[in-house]
Amino acid sequence: MTATTPVPLSPAGNPIGFGRMLRKEDARFLRGQGHYLDDIKLPGMLHGAILRSPHAHARLVSIDTSAAEAHPKVKAVITGAMLEGLKLAWMPTLSRDVQAVLATDKVRFFGQEVAFVVAEDRYSARDALELIVVEYEPLDPVIDARLALAEGAPVIRDDIEGKKDNHIFDWEAGDREATDRVFSEAEVVVAQDMLYPRVHPAPMETCGSIAHMDRVTGQLTAWSTTQAPHAHRTLYSLVAGLPEHKVRIISPDIGGGFGNKVGIYPGYVLAVVGSIVTGKPVKWVEDRSENLISTSFARDYHMHGEIAASRDGKIKGLRVRVLADHGAFNGTAQPTKFPAGCFHIFPGSYDLDAAHCEVTGVYTNKAPGGVAYACSFRVTEAVYLVERMVDVLADELGIDPAELRRINLLRPEQFPYTNKTGWVYDSGDYGRTLEVALEKAGYTELRRRQAEGRERWRAAGGSPEDPGAGGEHLMGIGLSFFTEGVGAGPKKHMDILGLGMADGCELRVHPTGKAQLRISVQTQGQGHETTFAQIVAHELGIPPEDIEVIHGDTDNTPFGLGTYGSRSTPVSGAAAAVVSQRVREKARIVAAAALECSPEDLEWELGRWQVKGDPEKGKTVAEIAMLAHGTLELPEGVEGHLDASVVYDPPNLTYPYGADICVVDLDPGTGRVKVDRFIAVDDCGPRINPMIVEGQVHGGLADGVGMALMEAIQFDRSGTCLSGSLMDYLLPTSLDCPSWELGETVTPSPHHPLGVKGVGESATVGSPPAVVNAVIDALEPFGVRHADMPLTPAQVWLAMRGRPLRTDIVEM
Amino acid sequence: MQTPAPFEYEHASSVDEALALLERHGPETRLVAGGHSLLPMMKLRLARPERLVDVNDLTDLAYVRREGDQIAIGALTRHAQLASSPLLASLYPIFQDAERVIADPVVRNRGTIGGSLCQGDPAEDLSAVVATLGGSLKIRSRTGERVVAARDFYLGPYETQVGPAEMVTEVVIPIRPGAGSAYEKVERRPGDWAIAAVGCFLTVSGGVIADCGIGLAAVGAPGLPALEAEAALRGRPAGEEAYAAAAQMAAAHCRPQTDQRGPAEYKRDLVAELTRRALRRAAARVMAGGA
Repeated sequence: MTATTPVPLSPAGNPIGFGRMLRKEDARFLRGQGHYLDDIKLPGMLHGAILRSPHAHARLVSIDTSAAEAHPKVKAVITGAMLEGLKLAWMPTLSRDVQAVLATDKVRFFGQEVAFVVAEDRYSARDALELIVVEYEPLDPVIDARLALAEGAPVIRDDIEGKKDNHIFDWEAGDREATDRVFSEAEVVVAQDMLYPRVHPAPMETCGSIAHMDRVTGQLTAWSTTQAPHAHRTLYSLVAGLPEHKVRIISPDIGGGFGNKVGIYPGYVLAVVGSIVTGKPVKWVEDRSENLISTSFARDYHMHGEIAASRDGKIKGLRVRVLADHGAFNGTAQPTKFPAGCFHIFPGSYDLDAAHCEVTGVYTNKAPGGVAYACSFRVTEAVYLVERMVDVLADELGIDPAELRRINLLRPEQFPYTNKTGWVYDSGDYGRTLEVALEKAGYTELRRRQAEGRERWRAAGGSPEDPGAGGEHLMGIGLSFFTEGVGAGPKKHMDILGLGMADGCELRVHPTGKAQLRISVQTQGQGHETTFAQIVAHELGIPPEDIEVIHGDTDNTPFGLGTYGSRSTPVSGAAAAVVSQRVREKARIVAAAALECSPEDLEWELGRWQVKGDPEKGKTVAEIAMLAHGTLELPEGVEGHLDASVVYDPPNLTYPYGADICVVDLDPGTGRVKVDRFIAVDDCGPRINPMIVEGQVHGGLADGVGMALMEAIQFDRSGTCLSGSLMDYLLPTSLDCPSWELGETVTPSPHHPLGVKGVGESATVGSPPAVVNAVIDALEPFGVRHADMPLTPAQVWLAMRGRPLRTDIVEM
Repeated sequence: MQTPAPFEYEHASSVDEALALLERHGPETRLVAGGHSLLPMMKLRLARPERLVDVNDLTDLAYVRREGDQIAIGALTRHAQLASSPLLASLYPIFQDAERVIADPVVRNRGTIGGSLCQGDPAEDLSAVVATLGGSLKIRSRTGERVVAARDFYLGPYETQVGPAEMVTEVVIPIRPGAGSAYEKVERRPGDWAIAAVGCFLTVSGGVIADCGIGLAAVGAPGLPALEAEAALRGRPAGEEAYAAAAQMAAAHCRPQTDQRGPAEYKRDLVAELTRRALRRAAARVMAGGA
């Protein structure tokens, strides 16, 4: 079970099991031979383009499509009115709301879909959009989420019968009464408001789909940029009333998802409608601006945190109120029972007496979504909240943030630990992980150098009144300790639209001993073709190069809800291990029949069943595979061939955790911040392929730096999205990233067959508070306790002057 | 994929041919060199020229050379050539300072000085550099050539003196022996446009500032010169006191706007800070140059 024992190497030099190996998929990706959606060209294929609303909130008065229809290359122009006739104007969202496919009555966000043109080529489709004349009657928009529930606020969702406000849901977790009691008795209570701004997954490949409705067979095939092809098939069936056995979803190579490719977008449905209307395959691929302004964002949580503690630093309780901005339609992808996802993991890694949260979801005139984005269902927001609150408390008490965490982290003997909102953390040795990180960072020495630097800054003339005087920079050191709950999820707790979150898996070993593994999850760059082959190799001793991992085609893979929330290895990885173990047990029976002994007389040596006490006598998996497909007489009730299929319903989530330490350099004269060092020590259990794990961590850390320092989807007061290009929505580059310093501890999950916990989002979850804590720490001479992300030079400059800005709305 | 509106495309093999095409096809024709400003605007359909005339073949316009007491820079000179020019490095390190913070290597390999200046983006760095140095631009038409001072070149944002049938062929910078120069920029992220940037040069004689130039980016018109600050520096002893005074004047002179990069008050403060820093660095280079 451990990853540390050396494993034998295959003829190709790959580990037959866990260990570093180059990714099997890289040969095609590095040569530019990946096959993405936009590489697919079908005979007779037409191209679609979407006309989008220039208003955040307006009544649709009229649409004149006649000039567009007269364009010589245009084959169809589709409007909301036409869709109404087909009962396709609205589609269900993943949160049991509805979303307009094309606007019929009103537009409700800037960039909303208004009309769809199908033409012979992409340029003509785009040209024809300009020939459509739409008359709008502008309405007052709701842009400020904090005013969404105000008396007299415009009602966005008047399409919902009887809807008189912009309220979506109220939800709570934890024990309110116990928490109130803890707070009323506490020696110290500190409160802090904070916004986790709306950010965007911004995958390199934008979203798109090619729909082909075959009029003869009645079969719909859709090639689609989806992280969850099986969920999409079921949803297409529900949306369009198509029989599910006639729907096939194919997810080709995906250029990044990060949650952006979980849901179904109007463009996907419109491609289907376009194909139905024209009888031809229709391709729709959004451009960069469309991706940023209209597809699923993440976060947008306005949080009010309170923390209660004793004066000597023992945390007693945590209380949170959240206003969640869900945009114009509630399209968030969360398990049905949890409208705030896993936010209620906010007590984090700490041993406290009580915790309670209330979350209120509201509609605003902004793009819908609120989907994952590398957040394990809003664990990102939860970890940011608690890790900022711990630093706020440290500031209040004058205790070093590392020491405050040391005092309060859960202890190894408390696991499995049921936290104050009901999560059962599977395993952990938090203190050790923190110490490894502090050691790696040289924490004590860092603090000493920081103190010297502050002294130099003051001596040179630096002061809150004249921060830049003397030109000395200031160092900031920030910590965060995160616990995630990933691997959604146990069917008893979690479903999406009634679909349980168990994953199917099928393994076939062919007669010559080569294998195919069919999985239900969908890689977007995580390296599934390698990792899953290594899991089978680990269990069966077949070299990973001899195992083909098949995914992304609903006709060729078993059902499952796809890849997001770091669930692939925790759920499908477990399924792959279990199905391999089933095959191994079947191989044992076949081997016993061939060796004319009882299965109980055999023992497993990686890749081979052999007779106990007589290891010369045995059969390799390849030999057994040939026998299983051959004429060997098998015991009564044992079918031939060497394959198995399973459905894995996880008994619990897995709980990866880690400690992050960030060191920043602040130029107080300009407000510019540079990340100098970043130390990340992750415990995700045993690492199947450490190189892939490190790659995931590197990406997530870069992402965290981006969110902390530069990323935000922002609006002006009229509701125009100001972040519609990558010149406006800044993503971090290599120049923003230090050389990451990684470490690990290994605490296996007791309930996962491989002990692994998932790592896809760990760094994205853990790093933003570490960066923010570091910047706030650098601002200590200015008495700053908090400033909202992104901590741009302007925001830092304002924070030094005691008046940081709201970062969701830009006042022009 | 972003799709521009329909347009025609031709390429010119000489300056005369380019000018003839501009004249023949009228004002909706645009020259394209690196295309790093024009093409994104076309893809977003913010710019919709009817025709592009590609001037990338006019390699005789790619040069940096000394001509008497001037530096002549051909309009098709790429950023990367400016960054690696030994002549500019020795006479005006402000070019290297600026080039290091302009966009990224991909853009710098294709983008040209002529295109950068003619785009007229208020945040463009080379506009500020050339204005700082009191350079001028040669503008040619079929009938002749005129020379316009960089400080008079812009009529407003994205608006220049270049007529529809004209093109900029050369940028001329006066050489000032012993001058020190520097460029200071703050951006939200490497490669981004400036929040604010300040360029300056100084010549010092007997400890007194003899001549100077200060150009600002992203806080007003393209290549905005800080005239009062320049006047205040001339004849004053080089040193912190002079720099502080100039910094305040430059900050007062600029006209920043509040936007996603930050509030106007921040940008104004930044201009003061960056003016101080640029002057210090330029002065250090004066010393280093042994003037």
